[in-house]
Amino acid sequence: MGERLEQAPRVTDSGRNIAGRGKPRPAFALWGLLSAPLAWLLVVYVGSLALLVVSAFFSLDDFTGKPTTELTTSNISEAFTQGEYISLVVRSVAVAVAATLLCFALAMPTAFYIARLASRRTRRALVVALILPLWTGYLVKAFALRAVLAPGSDYGNGGFMSGLVGWSPGFGYVAVTLTLAYLWFPYMLLPIYAGLERLPNSLLDASADLGAGSIRTFRLVMLPLLLPSIAAGSIFTFSLSLGDYITVKIVGGTAQLIGNIIERALLAPNQPLAAAFTLWPMMIMVAYLAVMGRAGAFKNL
Amino acid sequence: MKKVSALAAALLGVVTLAACGGGDDGGAMLDELGEGEGAVNLVAWAGYVEDGSTDPNVDWVSDFEAETGCQVNVKIGNSSDEMVELMQSGEYDAVSASGDATLRLIAGGDVVPVNTDLIPNYADVFEGLKNKPWNSVDGKAYGVPHGRGANLLVYNTEAGAAPSSIVDMFSPDSPYAGKISVYDSPIYIADAAIYLMATQPELGITNPYALDQAQFDAAIAALETQKSIVGQYWALYTDQQAALENGSVTLGTTWQVIVNLAKANGAKIDATLHNEGATGWSDTWMVSSKAKHPNCAYMWLDHIISPQANASVAEWFGEAPSNAKSCALTADPNHCTTFHADDEDYFSKVYYWTTPTKDCLDGRDVECVPYSEWVNAWNKLRA
Amino acid sequence: MQLSPLARLVLRLVTYAVLGVVYLPLALIFVLSFNSAKSIAWPPVGFSTRWWEGFLEVESARDALLSSARLAFVAMFIAIVLGSMLAFALQRYEFYGKNVISFLAVLPIALPGIVTGVALRNTFVRFGWDLGFLSVVAGHATFCIVVAHNNVIARLRRIAPNLREASADLGATPFQTFRLVTWPLIRSAVLAGGILAFALSFDEVVVTTFTAGAGIQTLPQWILNNFSRPNVLPYVTVMATLVMLVSLPIAWLAQRLGDSNPG
Repeated sequence: MGERLEQAPRVTDSGRNIAGRGKPRPAFALWGLLSAPLAWLLVVYVGSLALLVVSAFFSLDDFTGKPTTELTTSNISEAFTQGEYISLVVRSVAVAVAATLLCFALAMPTAFYIARLASRRTRRALVVALILPLWTGYLVKAFALRAVLAPGSDYGNGGFMSGLVGWSPGFGYVAVTLTLAYLWFPYMLLPIYAGLERLPNSLLDASADLGAGSIRTFRLVMLPLLLPSIAAGSIFTFSLSLGDYITVKIVGGTAQLIGNIIERALLAPNQPLAAAFTLWPMMIMVAYLAVMGRAGAFKNL
Repeated sequence: MKKVSALAAALLGVVTLAACGGGDDGGAMLDELGEGEGAVNLVAWAGYVEDGSTDPNVDWVSDFEAETGCQVNVKIGNSSDEMVELMQSGEYDAVSASGDATLRLIAGGDVVPVNTDLIPNYADVFEGLKNKPWNSVDGKAYGVPHGRGANLLVYNTEAGAAPSSIVDMFSPDSPYAGKISVYDSPIYIADAAIYLMATQPELGITNPYALDQAQFDAAIAALETQKSIVGQYWALYTDQQAALENGSVTLGTTWQVIVNLAKANGAKIDATLHNEGATGWSDTWMVSSKAKHPNCAYMWLDHIISPQANASVAEWFGEAPSNAKSCALTADPNHCTTFHADDEDYFSKVYYWTTPTKDCLDGRDVECVPYSEWVNAWNKLRA
Repeated sequence: MQLSPLARLVLRLVTYAVLGVVYLPLALIFVLSFNSAKSIAWPPVGFSTRWWEGFLEVESARDALLSSARLAFVAMFIAIVLGSMLAFALQRYEFYGKNVISFLAVLPIALPGIVTGVALRNTFVRFGWDLGFLSVVAGHATFCIVVAHNNVIARLRRIAPNLREASADLGATPFQTFRLVTWPLIRSAVLAGGILAFALSFDEVVVTTFTAGAGIQTLPQWILNNFSRPNVLPYVTVMATLVMLVSLPIAWLAQRLGDSNPG
């Protein structure tokens, strides 16, 4: 239930005199509340990101193999002008989009059923049942899917799917997409379910009263109202898929996504080059967040 | 306006901050061996530091820990690059470095010369391994030799006869197409160079680590062609082992230890050395310049090249030991002969992993492609 | 909304099919925990309970479990405190730069873990800070703060502001208002956020890999590292099954707290 408590008329909050207690000092309280988390987020996190971006312009000493403070654009040009890497980034975005769409395609009907059609008793049980895998651990699930998707061969056994139906997609981009969708499914389900719960029945009744069938109601009333929830869910699934490199190593075969290239550069070791590669997911996510923000995602995280 | 100058100031601050920190103060060579510090952090190749957890009968760490009180913590490095990266962090005390890592570590100041007077077992090491270009500078030893060997070709015995050539690894009509396993590291470019030495001698390659731009481009082209027949690029040895066991890989570059492990799990495979000449390694245990446990590190070095331990690891991994006395202690009396432990002639034809530099390693007067370009090319190949 | 019986049936089938697909791999893991072979490849070779029996004796697994738990508790605590503070500040006050801060509060979970991990590692290494327990805590706390913040701010938005007004009118100090009015209304959200933060930290592997030094090994790292040590690998399946069983009541509790009606 998401109804607001107490529908009293709104009264503004700050600067209000409280009888006998003196005027509250909102600025002081604000900074008291903000200072610690802000210090953490800004200094530690954003500062690190800024440092990383700067380090992308450092060059590697030929002799010692360590980063120097001499500035160069060679890392940026390597990461952004080489055709192989551009196609790698396109592939990564494609996989992330595909995984997100797959998550949505499965989460939407499921959330709809649970929120609106299932009985009250089964509702919580179903939600818990579908969220529980979130707790079993990323690696365990990835290896489990490896056991499911492993290809069969003339000389040995395949995985579960190959044994059951004689075929499996094998290791590669398809397996990666399927695995990523599997892993992040709860992150798409939860916001959509919450959004569906908050949908006032009165709107749906009104739509029916005005003569709209179920599909029209879904398309013209529910979907627009659910857009912020869907956008919020997609931020998780898209971002987690975009930067993933471990799943790629487990079920991807010879596939490589942008996270793998970043790891490779880091292990070369060539930290400035790795930093240059991280600019790709950073830029993509900032753009994605901007678009999703307009869809209202931030009000629904 | 205020916003812009605030941003500029912030950026300037960040750049200044970025320039600070991380100063390198290399440690000095140990003069005297003191008390053990209670622990030692190692970076090692898989199979070099076995404490019974892979196979209860394979353990040369527990006795070391009992004797010296130094608790061994090992981080497995899957490639020389990874080992260099780990050692640069300064978190580890010693590393078993191959020739393509040693000089980078020395140049980077990440390791210090080793005082071989403090390592009694050093005296018994084969003379042919001491004071080599990859483990010493100006006569100063930078480590103790661990052992050496060649990279082999593993094949599935049911898929065909033993391949005697690496052509099947590179040719587009290879009968093993789609089931080939290749080592996922830039250093593998040298194997492509060896392939070209045999199939395109007009390129004039004499040393697979000394490639001028034209030779390098040809090697990369060969690897691009190979991509279509590769089924697996392995970095973790257990990945290749699993693939050999379930038959999805029937030919590949490998280490003897992987073959042994997979065979023990029932894989129908065997290893062979192809006749074009192989890449290989000669590994050296080195001590970090930032070692927090230098005494334990020295004790480990002495232990791992002691006759019994060196014999055990050489047999488990499948390589030639560095200690001459180990040959009498191996379970298989012919081990040293099989692995050419004292055969300098044999090893003169093995191309040990080495770091390619701009100054050609074969002494030519042209410019060769340095390792940093090998890394870039390999990354683009894999992308 | 009226749906045809066919539509209802299809939706029900889809839901239960999804449920089945979600649990299939986990069921395989459970089955593989009784595999007699030293492998977690399918199919199992024979039946054996040895992994369940010897499980508690694997020292490295026990240590990893403790490491992860310790780390998750600390990260959760920091997350609850700082995340709640941030939620209060963002929900109650309008100020210059609020949108920027809201955006910043999303960044740690919106940017892929590898970016966060590489950035933090770069900072720690450059300043010569030791990579150990604290560096990992710093990494985990960063995204945990966001998760706790999300839960608390969502709840704060659903609480009418005039409740605080009424409390002040009745003569309560701001602290009394917090203790007697606000806190009871938000504490289940704080707890739910904390549980979620704990779960995220416990399971995290990417940021951990980049910010942990030689001496730390969390449970996910143990699992990853033990793919190079085939002998202890099957214990992973036992661990996974146990985690699933233990998580069931916790997940149910978190879900119940998360959508409970405040008040």
